[in-house]
Formats: sequence, C-alpha cells, structure tokens
Amino acid sequence: MDYLIRFSQSHETFRLPEIQALAVIEGVDLKVVSYSLDPATNTSESPFCIVTLPSEDAAKRLIRRSILVQTIHGLWGSGPTLEDVHASVQFRTPQFWSRYLTCSFKFTLDSYQGSRTSEEKVRLINSFSYLAFAGPIVMKNPDEEFILFEDWPWGSTVQGIKEPKHYYFGRYIATGARDMPKKLDLKKRRYISTTSMDSELALVTANLALAAPGKLMYDPFVGTGSFPIACAQFGALTFGSDIDGRSIRGDSKKNTLRGNFEQYGLLGGLGGMFTADLTNTPIRRKPLGTNSDGVRGRIFDGIVCDPPYGVREGLRVLGVRDPEKTWVTSKGKEMYKLPDFIPPRKPYSFLAMLDDILQFSAQTLVDEGRLSFWMPTANDEDQEIPVPSHPYLETVSVCTQVFNKWSRRLITYRRIPDAQVDQEAMKRWEAEREKLVGKTADELNPFRKAYFNKFEVEN
Amino acid sequence: MKVLTLNFLSCAVKTCKSSSDSFPLHPKEAELAKDDVEINPQLLVNVLPRIDWAALRTTSTELGFPTLPDQPPTAEELEADEKMLQELHTLLMEMQIVEGKLVCGHCGHEYAIREGIANFLLPSHLV
Repeated sequence: MDYLIRFSQSHETFRLPEIQALAVIEGVDLKVVSYSLDPATNTSESPFCIVTLPSEDAAKRLIRRSILVQTIHGLWGSGPTLEDVHASVQFRTPQFWSRYLTCSFKFTLDSYQGSRTSEEKVRLINSFSYLAFAGPIVMKNPDEEFILFEDWPWGSTVQGIKEPKHYYFGRYIATGARDMPKKLDLKKRRYISTTSMDSELALVTANLALAAPGKLMYDPFVGTGSFPIACAQFGALTFGSDIDGRSIRGDSKKNTLRGNFEQYGLLGGLGGMFTADLTNTPIRRKPLGTNSDGVRGRIFDGIVCDPPYGVREGLRVLGVRDPEKTWVTSKGKEMYKLPDFIPPRKPYSFLAMLDDILQFSAQTLVDEGRLSFWMPTANDEDQEIPVPSHPYLETVSVCTQVFNKWSRRLITYRRIPDAQVDQEAMKRWEAEREKLVGKTADELNPFRKAYFNKFEVEN
Repeated sequence: MKVLTLNFLSCAVKTCKSSSDSFPLHPKEAELAKDDVEINPQLLVNVLPRIDWAALRTTSTELGFPTLPDQPPTAEELEADEKMLQELHTLLMEMQIVEGKLVCGHCGHEYAIREGIANFLLPSHLV
C-alpha cells in the first residue's frame, strides 16, 4: 500500500537518505514512489513524499526514530484538484470505510505554504461527507485522524493564487522522533564547545550510520561527544578519541564528556574515550585483505565524525613542524614521561586526513558497516572539493547543508566485502595518496585557503 | 574506559605494530570502578567475533578476574549460558579502568590513564 510522508521543512537533501537508512535498520522494504528534488538547487519545494511499504506496522517502524519526518499517513487519495482526490478516494478505499464507521474521529486541513478561511475549511472537510462516518467527532485524541494536505506554490498568499498545486488525503498513522533533538538540545547540554554539532544533525548522522542497539560506533574527532551521544541515544555502544584530551576531560568535575552521557542517562552506551591522533592511532588493525570473513579482525559497525576543517579548529597531527629544530625532539625525549608533557604537533593536509579516515574505516569497519563524515566545500564549482573515494568503500549518499559561499556535506559510505573490491583500483589509490604533500596550512588545506580568500577566484 | 576498550587498543608506536607483543597492552597499577549497566545479550553476541579472545584472557587475568576458558564460546553457546553472559557483561561492559597505566610488551612505553581517559599521544621521537 502507498503511504504519505510529511517531512519537516528543513535539511531537504537529508530526507531521502535518512528514511532509506532507516529502512535498512528496520529491515523494511521501502520504495519511493514520488518525491521531487530539483537537481539544479538540490532542494525540494514539497515536504510530501509517497512511498510503498508492506504494512502499517512497517510504516510505524520506518519513522519511529526519524528526525526529519513529521508524520506518516495511509494515502487514500491524491491529485492536482479536489475532484481528483475524491475520485481516487472513491476508487481506492471504499473497502476500508466500514472499519471507521463508529470510532471517534476528526478531520484536519494542513495547508503547506497556503491558508484557508474557516468557511473554506468547513467546505473542504464537508466535501468528504460521502465517507459517512457515524462515530463521534472528537478534537482531542480521537481514535482516527483524517487529514487533507494542500501543497501550495511559494508565495501563494502574496500573489493571490487561488488553488494549491496538489492535494493529498490520508489517515494518520504515526509521528517521527522530532522531540529527540529537543531532548539533546545543545542549549541545555551541560558541556559543549564552539564546534559541537547541533543535536538534530548529529542524530541524522547517527541514523545514516545505522547506529542501533548492540552496535559499536566510533568517532575519531570526538570533541565534547555530540556524535557518540546521538548514537548512544539510539542504543549503540560508543567509542571516541580526540587529539586534544582536554575536550574529553572538560573541567574534570561535572562538565565532562562523561557528564553529558550522565545527563541523558546514557552511561551504558559510553564504551571508552581516549586521547589519540588518527595518524598514530592505537586502535588495532589488520592490513586490508582480499578474503576476510567480514567481521573478525575488525571492530566497528559505524564511524561518525566531523573532522576539523582548519578554520575554527586547526588541523594538526603528532610530529614536529620544522624537522630542522632537532632540539624539540631531543627535549621531548627527556621530558615525555612527565605527567603534564604535551607532545609537539604539526599542521597536516586536509585531503590527506580525509584519505586517512577512509583508509582507517576500510580497515576497522565490519562488512556493511558505515562511515558518515562531514566535510566542507566551496559552492563555486572551480573551487569545489570532490567527494573522496576508496576502493573498499561505496558511496551511499551525499547530503548538503548550504551556507552563503560554502556548504558542508555529510557523506556516507558502506564497507563492501573484500571479494567485491577492485584490487587494481586499490593500488592506484595508494599511489595517489603518496602525492599529497605540502608545508603551510594554506598549501595543506584548499578549503581553509578558499575560506580566508572569501571564496574569490584567483586570476 | 570499559575493559572492552582495552581489547581494541595496541601500542601506538608504528614500529611496534608488527610485533605481537604490542597487543594487548598490560594494565599497571590499575584502579578499577564498576558502573551498573543493564545487561544486553544482543550486544555481547555482536561483540564476540570482534574480540581477540587470547588477549581478553590475558587482560582478565592481569586485572585479577577469574580465568576465562581457552576457547571463546560460539554465539549459540553464549546465548544459552546465562552465567557466561553475566560474567562477560561484568568484565567488558561494567568494569572501568579509572587510573593507572597501560604498558606495551614490546617497547615498554607507558600510556597513562587519568580520570578514565587514556593518553596515546606520542613524543616526536616515536612518531
């Protein structure tokens, strides 16, 4: 049967990838019948999407942890005019009508980008009188709610447009998890920093990475723990590391990463947090192979992160910036056992870091495990940074959040089984990786350079 | 950090990666604490194939827990064995290392753990 999804009006390009990921988590067979995404702007004007699902139960499961779905409805009819809606309701659904003859019910009108006077509302609702429901009309918590949705063009009230573009009529089934971002709202979180990911997008990221009960998730740039908290909220066991241990430790009292888990009652989902650098990671790994069983020797079901772009947070790894200064190394050799020793760090290439994340993920994700990470890019085509690739990882989705001159993308990959990997492509990938060298922060980081040049094209 | 984490960590020094002595790291002067966590059999079954069992036996003994059997249980055995589930749950999910050190059996490098957070940053001469 067909169902109507009513999305919330935000993060348009994230909508379909999110419900597709949820279909994988819930094991639901999902087919998208209609959803219009304008390829030029990559946005959709309409928050309505029609999908085919095997059952009402599947519809409930599909959206129960969705951050971007408001509600899902059994679709009774749709069309460009009200007459079309009535024709399709009368053609598709008479066999259902008797089920709702005596229950309490209400009718509502949901006009997207449009408005109706109360007389018009009554007229529209009364046009469904042929359904002949005889039960009591209850406005608060009725047994059933029937909704007529109208999809109006942008600016219809101002332009005096008289009719919506499209109508949908459906029976309410369930609501998504729109309250979850409020629960994890950064404004009420004990301990955050300047780069903490907002709770809504952190939860969407956790959904795309298929965080779920019994799964192991890892964030190599954990900061104050936004992603692990979102993953733990969905029942996963989470691990994280950061090159700056202070971000994990906080003030060592209440305002710590652990304190955040405590605040939400998620301590069971806190696996281990440690100070480490991804380029010198202590996590055990095996060299990439060609015939593993898909789990053994690997650790994580999902890796989620927002690596430092080098704009607000500098991108640094362990090592000495200037190898000529040998005294730095020799001094470190004397001092490193002191408890407050802070090892020297050097700037690092943003593109090399992305490659390191992909390589690390290929080595530590189980088959079908997912990597979801954020990366920025300029909106200008000539300065755009391409989506990084790795022969052991297949791109599942690319979602974009657009700012004025730059955007950030949430890219999700799937770890494919060894047997499906093109080993020749892997050799080429490794050869390309050797080429990424540079010295200054600008050379190392094309995004940082473009950002501080205000994204102006050089002549 | 949970004792489970220890099973995922080896020495961070690159020249140690090829040595089998660099894993598992050996806890030293470890101070333990216990969190009350609800048992999740599904999680334990999922974690089982990712655990290096020999390393876990070493860790368990070194931390003063009962010796684990030579061979890991299969997923079916584990699901059926309530006592084993409870023991593994306590060891892996409830026990936390709060303070102490983790020592590499190959190079002898000591990684400090403070407030439950281990520090794996290396000085420049080891990077």
